[in-house]
Amino acid sequence: MTIDWINFAPWPALAGGLLIGAACAALILFNGRIAGISGVLGGLLRPARGDIGWRLAFVGGLILAPQLYALAAPLPALHLDTDNLTLIAAGLLVGLGTRYGAGCTSGHGVCGLSRRSPRSLAATIVFMLAGFITVYLARHALA
Amino acid sequence: MQILIAFVVGLVFGIGLIVAGMTDPARVLGFLDLAGLWNPSLAFVMGGAILVALPAFAIARQRQRTLLGAPLQLPASTRIDRRLVLGALAFGVGWGLAGLCPGPALALLAGGDGKVLLFVMAMLGGMGIFEVLERVRRPT
Repeated sequence: MTIDWINFAPWPALAGGLLIGAACAALILFNGRIAGISGVLGGLLRPARGDIGWRLAFVGGLILAPQLYALAAPLPALHLDTDNLTLIAAGLLVGLGTRYGAGCTSGHGVCGLSRRSPRSLAATIVFMLAGFITVYLARHALA
Repeated sequence: MQILIAFVVGLVFGIGLIVAGMTDPARVLGFLDLAGLWNPSLAFVMGGAILVALPAFAIARQRQRTLLGAPLQLPASTRIDRRLVLGALAFGVGWGLAGLCPGPALALLAGGDGKVLLFVMAMLGGMGIFEVLERVRRPT
């Protein structure tokens, strides 16, 4: 294992993590809801009365966040060179997987682990391992 | 009020993702690439988030109500079943293929990148397929 010291940035990562944690904390303490992006988004595809407004507001805030960030500092560069077919497959897998698995990095990885849910711990271990193995196969074993 | 809170929470969440570096798929893949040039930074994102969220969930659990007096809406299921494991597995593979998970994908959407849009459309498609299959399985 070789560590990428040039791109290693623990402080911004920690600061961003604290903000994400504060967002999750506010949503459970004020609204009694889990800040899981796939769950909030997925719920919009199963609309229930009185349950749509907060979801749209949350997603709207998330989409507008870069606009607010850009007022203070230039946005970080985006490096996405995955080919289109792989991107479609990845999107389908992420969409299907997060709904069947009832959560993603935020719902299981942050909120679930924070409320000490064994189910979320299991899901987090599985998707992390799957991510590690997929990148290993794509970049090393099959490349 | 809850709608305003949800909007601000979405904003803060998105800014957190940008500050953390989660909105660059190359960085996410750098974290997942244990055998290559490994960038451990993203472990600090999850660590930092849990550091703040852990006490919040403990308080919420103790109160059983929100600070505004509404009931908590927590997931009821506690079963670790095939559905959970296969779902998480599929998600992890998709995450590893593109370096994008749902939060960063949405936070990148307004940037207008065609590839991000393609990913988000496919992700919504996957979520839509789930809804259709669920309705076939359990008609309401």
